[in-house]
Amino acid sequence: MKKAILTGEHFFTGDVACAEGALAAGCRFFGGYPITPATEIAERMASRLPHVGGSYIQMEDEIAAIASVLGASWAGVKSMTATSGPGFSLMMENLGLGICTETPCVIVNVQRGGPSTGLPTQGAQGDMMQSRWGSHGDYEIIVLAPYSPQEIFYQTITAFNLSETYRIPVLIMTDEIVGHMSEKVIIPDSRKVKTISRTAPKGRKDRFRLFEPGPNGVAPMPAAGQGYNVHVTGLTHDEKGYPVMTVDTQVEMMDRLTGKIRNNLDDIIMTESYMMDDAEIVLVSYGVSARTCLAAVDQARKSGIKAGMFRLITVWPFPEEEIKKIAERVKGFITVEMNLGQIHREVQRCVGGKVPAVLVGHHGGTIIPPEDVLKKMKETF
Amino acid sequence: MPGLQEMAKKEGAFAGGHRMCAGCPVPIFTKMLTRVTDKYEIVAGNATGCLEVASSIFPYSAWKIPWIHTAFENAGASMSGVEAMYKSLKRQGKINKKLKFVAIGGDGGTYDIGLQSLSGAMERGHDLVYICYDNGAYMNTGVQRSSATPLGASTTTSPKGKKSSGRQGKRKDLTKIMVAHNIDYVAQASIHKPVDLSNKLKKAIELDGPAFINILCPCILGWKINPDMGVEAARVGVETGFWPLYEVENGEYNINYKPKYRPVTDWIFMQGRFRHLKSPENQPIVEEFQKEVDKNWEWLLKQ
Repeated sequence: MKKAILTGEHFFTGDVACAEGALAAGCRFFGGYPITPATEIAERMASRLPHVGGSYIQMEDEIAAIASVLGASWAGVKSMTATSGPGFSLMMENLGLGICTETPCVIVNVQRGGPSTGLPTQGAQGDMMQSRWGSHGDYEIIVLAPYSPQEIFYQTITAFNLSETYRIPVLIMTDEIVGHMSEKVIIPDSRKVKTISRTAPKGRKDRFRLFEPGPNGVAPMPAAGQGYNVHVTGLTHDEKGYPVMTVDTQVEMMDRLTGKIRNNLDDIIMTESYMMDDAEIVLVSYGVSARTCLAAVDQARKSGIKAGMFRLITVWPFPEEEIKKIAERVKGFITVEMNLGQIHREVQRCVGGKVPAVLVGHHGGTIIPPEDVLKKMKETF
Repeated sequence: MPGLQEMAKKEGAFAGGHRMCAGCPVPIFTKMLTRVTDKYEIVAGNATGCLEVASSIFPYSAWKIPWIHTAFENAGASMSGVEAMYKSLKRQGKINKKLKFVAIGGDGGTYDIGLQSLSGAMERGHDLVYICYDNGAYMNTGVQRSSATPLGASTTTSPKGKKSSGRQGKRKDLTKIMVAHNIDYVAQASIHKPVDLSNKLKKAIELDGPAFINILCPCILGWKINPDMGVEAARVGVETGFWPLYEVENGEYNINYKPKYRPVTDWIFMQGRFRHLKSPENQPIVEEFQKEVDKNWEWLLKQ
């Protein structure tokens, strides 16, 4: 347990795999606050971080937890927190602060049934639109939705890599079922774990501009205390980081914040296709509901229906172009998710009425049975 | 004030059959809420926590009084709204009932996430009693440290181990913070002294204005004690001086019980969460613990 990367085969819950992925990615700060079903991530980090030169601190609430994560990131360390619905809601203002100040960090939401206290011990996927638009103002964000403990391990590393590359908070939207299920998790040799860290600034310290974009649209990031001028504010600011409340500066800053994501979609968007080559009916899903779809596709194929699954690994930015292309060649879409139609509406928007796009949703609390998906297939197509 | 036997004849605010853990002493005070006063009916607000969860498992409720489950951080604020509107309706002659309001939270929901909402409610002067049941950690989510966790206690987020001897640093003294709000009534009570506890609840409920009571409530699972030891663990907590019983009325301190000062080791070593402190290298932590308890008593005696 002294090593950051526990190479070998393990039997881990999704929550533990998430913590191990974070440690493998180089995360050395966790600002924690207990909440079911994400507590186990904090607990794992509390016992592991002191052994690898990191720091776990438990904060007084989720507002403080995410705020401490932003602070630790400006101290130059890869940082994260984990929560669930009610805590995620409390984090929304500081999420916006992280976006505005281009602060790399990772926030995990192990989703449970809502609204409010909802179903603390039961899974749901009802925070997907909140993950896109939960903080005020207009912005772009990166959201990943892993569907197994093994994938949580890898996607947590990816989340840190994307976060460090684009200087943006990255959200991992998993759910109680994946978070609490135990499966085999293989942790590779440490040499095979690819990690990315923020670009360090070069050149004269007195000429340094904190938000001057580099070639990929992202500015190098110093840590506070290295001698560079670090002036960080949630006010609209210019490339030096100083507040300038003019329309021109707002346009320049917003274009930078959104452009670095919109201009790098190929690097950010990850999807997976299952039996899609000749598919006529496409199941669009993510997270635990994608596991339902794997079974539904197999059962459909057995009864002669040409079904396939298009799985969103990156949910935001949404793989709009991919869905549009698929819509040209298939008979219809079924979005399968444990909410009442959040990503479904996004799929409908991209399909644009070319073919039917329907929903198999669920209010939250239990996994969607594959039979419900099959029934919908037979009813609609 | 009627005796305990008389009080027990009156219907309590809290029914049997609730799902608190075996041996959990928290229901001792929840039952008292209606029994301590004949003048008023009680309306309660409950922050998220083990009492909230275990008293309201679908489709049942253990509460025999109107009861509002708020979020984790806002029992004080939600009950401020209830109380303010009650007062308004009363002024307008639209309600005639004589109601009193209590907000209840555990130490996580009171010392930490709910502190702002508690502070605001007390400062604005609502006719509200805030009751904190302090079991010294986030027990509902499985024993994570809170700012009420005592020095050296092992929790899942302050685990004992090679790099750590449990919770580091001093616990927050919330009762003193509440005294600093200059409200009419602040008290520390313990679940093992029913007469003292019910006197304090009665005073707090019947006075016109904000009041705060902090009750030591051992947690069977979190303290790692046997289910029959909940009340005893509270008693020893008080007798070792870890948890002084006192009240502050309009700024005047009154110590309700002066123990014979048993050493704190009597209290900490009856609990599994401190077991690692028995090792010689952790002796300085035990000494530090004793020193803090002594210092607090000396301070208290001077007030």
